[in-house]
Amino acid sequence: MSVNFQVNGKPAQAHAETDTPLLWVLRDELGMTGTKFGCGAALCGACTVHVNGEAVRSCQTPVSAVAGKKVATVEGLSAKNNHPLQVAWIKHDVPQCGYCQSGQLMSAAALLAKNNNPSDADIDNAMSGNICRCGTYPRIRAAIKDAAATMRKA
Amino acid sequence: MTEIQTSRRSFLKTSATATGGLLMAVNLPGTLGQAMAAGTVSTPNAWVHIADDNTITILSAHSEMGQGVHTSMPMLVAEELNVDLSQIKVVDAPPGEAYVNALLGAQITGGSTSVRGSWEKLRVAGAQVREMLVSAAAAEWKVDRAQIKADKGMLIGPNGKKATYGAMAAAASKLPVPEKPAIKDPKDFRIVGKRTKRVDTPAKTNGTAEFGIDVKLPGMVYATIVQCPVIGGKVKSFDGAQAKAMPGVQAVVQVSDGVAVVADSWWRAKKAAEKLSIQWDEGSVASISDASMLEGNRAAAKSGKVIPIIASKGDVAKAIQGAAKVLEAEYISPMQSHSPLEPMNFTAHVQGNKALLIGPTQFQQGAQGAVAGALGLKPEDITLKTTFLGGGFGRRLELDFVVQAAEISKAVGKPVKLVWTREEDMTHDYYRPMGVNHLKAGLDASGMPVGLHFKVTSQSVTQRAFGLPKETLDPFMAEAAVTGYNVPNTQHDLVIHDTGFRVGYWRAVSHSMNAFANESFVDEMAKAAGQDPYAYRMKMLEGKPRYANVLKLAAEKAGWGKALPKGRARGIALMEGYDSYMAQVAEVSLNKDGSVKVHKVTVAADVGHMVNPDTVEAQLQSSIIFGMGAVLKHQITMKNGRVQETNFAAYEPVRMYEAPQIDIVLVKSTEKPGGIGEPGTAVAAPAIANAVAALTGKRVRRLPLTADAIRQA
Repeated sequence: MSVNFQVNGKPAQAHAETDTPLLWVLRDELGMTGTKFGCGAALCGACTVHVNGEAVRSCQTPVSAVAGKKVATVEGLSAKNNHPLQVAWIKHDVPQCGYCQSGQLMSAAALLAKNNNPSDADIDNAMSGNICRCGTYPRIRAAIKDAAATMRKA
Repeated sequence: MTEIQTSRRSFLKTSATATGGLLMAVNLPGTLGQAMAAGTVSTPNAWVHIADDNTITILSAHSEMGQGVHTSMPMLVAEELNVDLSQIKVVDAPPGEAYVNALLGAQITGGSTSVRGSWEKLRVAGAQVREMLVSAAAAEWKVDRAQIKADKGMLIGPNGKKATYGAMAAAASKLPVPEKPAIKDPKDFRIVGKRTKRVDTPAKTNGTAEFGIDVKLPGMVYATIVQCPVIGGKVKSFDGAQAKAMPGVQAVVQVSDGVAVVADSWWRAKKAAEKLSIQWDEGSVASISDASMLEGNRAAAKSGKVIPIIASKGDVAKAIQGAAKVLEAEYISPMQSHSPLEPMNFTAHVQGNKALLIGPTQFQQGAQGAVAGALGLKPEDITLKTTFLGGGFGRRLELDFVVQAAEISKAVGKPVKLVWTREEDMTHDYYRPMGVNHLKAGLDASGMPVGLHFKVTSQSVTQRAFGLPKETLDPFMAEAAVTGYNVPNTQHDLVIHDTGFRVGYWRAVSHSMNAFANESFVDEMAKAAGQDPYAYRMKMLEGKPRYANVLKLAAEKAGWGKALPKGRARGIALMEGYDSYMAQVAEVSLNKDGSVKVHKVTVAADVGHMVNPDTVEAQLQSSIIFGMGAVLKHQITMKNGRVQETNFAAYEPVRMYEAPQIDIVLVKSTEKPGGIGEPGTAVAAPAIANAVAALTGKRVRRLPLTADAIRQA
């Protein structure tokens, strides 16, 4: 049994048991370690990826659920760091330890794809599933607003 | 505080020598060989590697766990080496005597010591290499050294003579290392003290940063471990047949701390580990609960051996006896877990007498020494590489997971990446110990204290970790015990109570409990005196300009005394820690469910000389938010020796919607640098508790400060 899907626009195939979480298929089978394991229980958001444009917790998404779907990970934002969110993250020097930031970026990217002028409440709603133990929240908030402004101009 | 700080600094070295404990001083022979360059690499000293293609690599003895050392450490070297930060690469130093943190006596990242310990050392290191390069060029060109400038990786001499640092590096490395090279006056700094972009940010925004959990080695297999639900318990017997029969499983291995399952993917190892059947010898901890720990601490506070923290001043008993008013209070800080977001992990490859260890550690020599001890290897046969740390907060000073990885690799004869589940991580931490503080003060007729008795009762991490002899002062328990306030009669006591449970150094260590008690109590004294808590503090700070200055700056910036919307109140707190002075003002209200909403924290900090002011601000934001979680939300509880909180639902860090606005005032200072990774965590607790007391009239003396705690106060 294998599951076919797309990752960052390219075809991918998983041979793991079909109930294996997408997170571990990405990390151990496809070698894409940008997506992180934090809690294994959809509590911390470190594993956030997009499935057909929606932010999901890949630690709770069996790979069977993404058959035929489009998965996007942090590696697909832009390897060259030129997505408006990456640009803003670098401008504000958001990351500290950095471990949660892939998930933060993917949650923020899903938010901005639908709403390029988010209020503080919108940001709270979209981002409160992502724990940052280093407490980079003030900078994440500032960077999201900055990136949103860039996207509105584009 | 000076004598306490001195004892804290010299402590680990002394203790290691005395006990022959964990510290393994290892000199790696030859070049360190990590420079990220092709061609020949020269190593003028332990800190700078220069390749002949002019690739310059600076080694960081401190692990990057978010605190920005991969930027701040190279900034100090680059300042004197006269290179731009964009011209250098930074790598983690291997274990080695050259990289020992003089403030802690071991190669440790912790105690907010990185900048304090490196401030002069790394500038001297940069200057040494610069002078050696200049000397090499002078010899080659047969000109006077004074005619040569070293700038931005180039050596420039008279008559158009030019060479890259790389071209002169081999010759320079053969020269004697100058002991006292000239270093700049801070007013001439071009790099240090300037807001500087972190060098590690780009890798952390596109998924390429390598954390321990991301390590890959050829032929590597994956492992997870099941440890006794009672920490310290041992495997009595186990049945691994069902686990072994699961897909992809290669081995089921008993190691010192439990049973590990090894498979061809981590998920398969984890699924199989659920099938293990293990009988445990739970050991003595099985009879402990957090309630029994509290009772034990309280009993010890009454009858345990009293260790003076600092010489008493005057006669406290007499002063309190003759006081117009006497105040007494008990404050309780619960256990806390570190819970860095990257679960414990390490990768090991043991081959015969040699081992390769790769992963996130705050204690390189310790990791090397512990694995050497466990496996019977020589430390010099163990290569250790440090990755990025997905948070540390003190948890990665511990070595349990490193030894486990090595034991598993030895058993299966392959490279192994061991990754714990979050549940293993949260229930097998080395917890911030519970602390019970008793304070007693006598106030005179004007309401000012004439006598103050401080007593903290808690458990010693240093006894466990470094073999501190019993009934001696553990300086890591006495932090922030002595405040800056002028009180004529004072006594500061420590009682060490060993609960039998496993404790560790947590962000801000004992500052976190002592500052909560001290600064809550000052507010209680001010209230008893009918005085404003800010003005009351100021009255006791005559001749303490750095304390008074940050208190004033924070109060002004926060609009202390100005009207607030109905339902809001402010609280203030002050502390010196890690040579940094800090005041915070928290502005709070209550949510509908009675829990505390922190709207804003204003912080003023005098940290002396700064290396990267942007990082100082980031660490203030970070430490305050980290502290807020412990103040308002989480604690570790225990029943029958089992930690009850297993994941982020029960132990929930602060989330985005709870994060306050943080306003920062930094004092321009030319004092020696202070540490800034930790003190903010400690000051957040009393600032918030004092704001809640001002708002509700209720004093919560036991953390966390939840809606229930306020209702019951």
